[in-house]
Amino acid sequence: MTPRACDACTSRTWLLGRMGGHIDRFRGRLEHVLELDDDGLISAAGGRTRARLRDELESLDLERVRARSRAAGLETICRCDPAYPPALLALPAPPAVLHVAGGLGRLLELTAAEPVAIVGSRRPSEYGREVARSLGRSLAVSGLTVISGMALGVDSAAHAGALDGGSGTVAVLPGSAERPYPAAKRALHRRILTGGAAVSELGPGTSIWRWMFLARNRIIAALSAMIVVVEATEYSGALVTARVAREIGRPVGAVPGRITSPQAAGPNGLLAAGACVVRGAQDVLDHLFGAGVRLAGAPRARQPPAELRPLLAAIAEGHETPAALGRAGFGPDQGLAALAALELGGFVRRGPGGRFSAIP
Amino acid sequence: MLARIATFAIDGIDPRHVWVEVDIRSGLPAFTIVGLGDAAVRESRDRVRSAIMNSGYEFPQTRITANLAPAFLRKVGPGFDAALAIGVLAASGQVPAGALSAYAVFGELSLGGELRDSPGALAVAEGARRAGLERLIVPRERAREAALVDGLEIAGVSTLREAAGVLHGEPLPALPAHVHGAPARATAATTFEPDLADVRGQAAPLLALEIAAAGGHNLLLEGPPGTGKTMLARRIPSILPEMTRAEAIEVTRIHSVAGLHAAGLIQTRPFRAPHHTISAAGLVGGGALPRPGEATLAHHGVLFLDELAEFQRPSLDALRQPLEDGRVSIVRGQRALVFPTRFMLVAATNPCPCGFAGVGDRCRCGEPDLRRHQRRLSGPLLDRMDLLINVERPSEEELRASPETSSGRARARVATARERQRRRLEATSATCNGEMDARIVRRYVRLEEPAERVLAQAYVVGALSARGRHRVVRVAQTIADLERHDRITQADVLTALSLRQRGAAETALAA
Repeated sequence: MTPRACDACTSRTWLLGRMGGHIDRFRGRLEHVLELDDDGLISAAGGRTRARLRDELESLDLERVRARSRAAGLETICRCDPAYPPALLALPAPPAVLHVAGGLGRLLELTAAEPVAIVGSRRPSEYGREVARSLGRSLAVSGLTVISGMALGVDSAAHAGALDGGSGTVAVLPGSAERPYPAAKRALHRRILTGGAAVSELGPGTSIWRWMFLARNRIIAALSAMIVVVEATEYSGALVTARVAREIGRPVGAVPGRITSPQAAGPNGLLAAGACVVRGAQDVLDHLFGAGVRLAGAPRARQPPAELRPLLAAIAEGHETPAALGRAGFGPDQGLAALAALELGGFVRRGPGGRFSAIP
Repeated sequence: MLARIATFAIDGIDPRHVWVEVDIRSGLPAFTIVGLGDAAVRESRDRVRSAIMNSGYEFPQTRITANLAPAFLRKVGPGFDAALAIGVLAASGQVPAGALSAYAVFGELSLGGELRDSPGALAVAEGARRAGLERLIVPRERAREAALVDGLEIAGVSTLREAAGVLHGEPLPALPAHVHGAPARATAATTFEPDLADVRGQAAPLLALEIAAAGGHNLLLEGPPGTGKTMLARRIPSILPEMTRAEAIEVTRIHSVAGLHAAGLIQTRPFRAPHHTISAAGLVGGGALPRPGEATLAHHGVLFLDELAEFQRPSLDALRQPLEDGRVSIVRGQRALVFPTRFMLVAATNPCPCGFAGVGDRCRCGEPDLRRHQRRLSGPLLDRMDLLINVERPSEEELRASPETSSGRARARVATARERQRRRLEATSATCNGEMDARIVRRYVRLEEPAERVLAQAYVVGALSARGRHRVVRVAQTIADLERHDRITQADVLTALSLRQRGAAETALAA
């Protein structure tokens, strides 16, 4: 594979990684910081470090930087390359180099059509998790690429849903693309790479700083044709993604939630500010392609056997535990067996605390 | 003159035959005890001297040497006092030495000459019978307990003088009537213990409890604080089948040795609930002079570990051998002691660190918290848990409703199911479904065609691991036994699936 990152962009990427800790301490909005040129970035650092950084940058061995990427199995492309995803150029400071695990060709292909980002809280409710998963799955079945950040909670559920739907999905990581972050998502990272791609702005082995999450969010926003926020508190990073998206003119959708739930404050706020209501994959398709132009694939028109339907309906109504179902008239003698049948059939899922939720 | 009398040392929970030899020679007055005794045995010189003199006998003013044989066995505790005193009396001609050969003597003495209550009399009685002795002199409080052993005459005496009287040929004192505080339990129907009738609501947990008791399955209760996990666990002994006499005697012996029990036969299955700070030695037995641990005290009963996630890992790991083999062996010096540990393991835990997962939106635990909690729980112990029950807060109507069942009813169903198991597993090493290993399952468990299909489907979709499948089959067999199905039906398998304990491979959190 030929390196497709020019010298300027490669050294820029190196500098960002090198200054990871410094950038966290800079005042002002991250967008403005990222818009600074190399010299400006170095000047913003403190006194003695400044000279050292200049020296290091001057004597930087670009071949070694490139070799490190190659050794990590990453392909690179810089913003000077004609094949660089044009969508990212909408950003005031597009990432200098994209590091791709899983194949550059695949990334470009997956993001060429109309990719949709599904983002949200790292601590969603069971409902939020289920919605993210089913949205990811239906969009994947409808032939769209799902982009997210592989974070805990909504992000991971969206990726997992897309994988269930049988299509490649793109994870934009804060640190480096070859290394799963958070580490607990090792297995998901591996699954994503089999048919999709992981991409990052920073090179292999970069240690992670706070600003990198915000920088990552801007890439998600720019790379996608539409952003859907599933659940997010008022201070969630998902709202940063939504804000960037609005600034560069990407449509923002949000899944409405209960007004009493803190996790719904984010999406409900977006809706109040004019975001598009997302009740399912069809709403996304209507918004992207015009009402009724493309129909959401129906991954599952199937129904459980007739005798299980009343139980499924009771669960969907909110009788979520065996005890609650017992009160609704489904005693343990038949109820437990029926629950297991529904779970095996993939109609309900058992969450923490033995609480069942219907899979939409 | 030399006198010899039999007594018994308690080694772990087993009796060891010990000869007390007393030799009286002319010489300067001295009283020495040899034979690897501990401090309590050394101090028994003073107790024996005072007891003999205060009982109106004469303490020989010559050189007395007492030997506890065999000399290699470490002897612990004050239980040798009575034998030493009788030995001294016999050696000095104050009781007939010829009568001693048929007797064993056991008990601690007070300075005034009374025999004090000494733990372990049942074990001593068993040893005496095995040694072919005819009569056993024990403290009066322990007479009923010792009398549980057939083929042995028990003299329950309260003073050294009475004991000497027995050796002189006086009639044996009658066994004491029931000691106060321990009323006879003629039938199991007279229950004064926790009963399932105290439980309101909890239909699913009650069903699972019955299944666990019927099949001897280990069980994990999961639920928020205050929902009744401990309350339910405490009621398990009340629905387990009654102990056989052999089992009851074994339990009585263990509890007697541990000093937890003094009167007659224990008839209710033990329920042990050690605190989660317990050490490995406390749980499975140990110490410089090994004592039975909670696992052994729960033999034939229930070992309940509340707040399973809080137990120290080494303690839980130590439970592996006892769970696997039904006994634990502890090696000290050159000797290995074996303690029996056939118990039903019941554990309770919160569903997540905050305890409120699944209760509305109350749980604030994130994915990493849940994962950490899961990791704390998982491990070899969880592999041995066949059933997982989620316990929830009963609703207001349920609290006011009448009870769902009673221990008597449940026990009858359990007994029937156990009888079916006993007949089926007669030729095997297992006594109940919970003890079936893979080979026995293959050989004796029969599923209906639709049941096989469901099981295969669960395996294929990844809801079950190979080991999980095995667990589900065992539980399904118990459900079939409760329902009197000859072959396991589809409904049995499905119910077992919904009550399955999900191993680490199966609980993979969403993505």
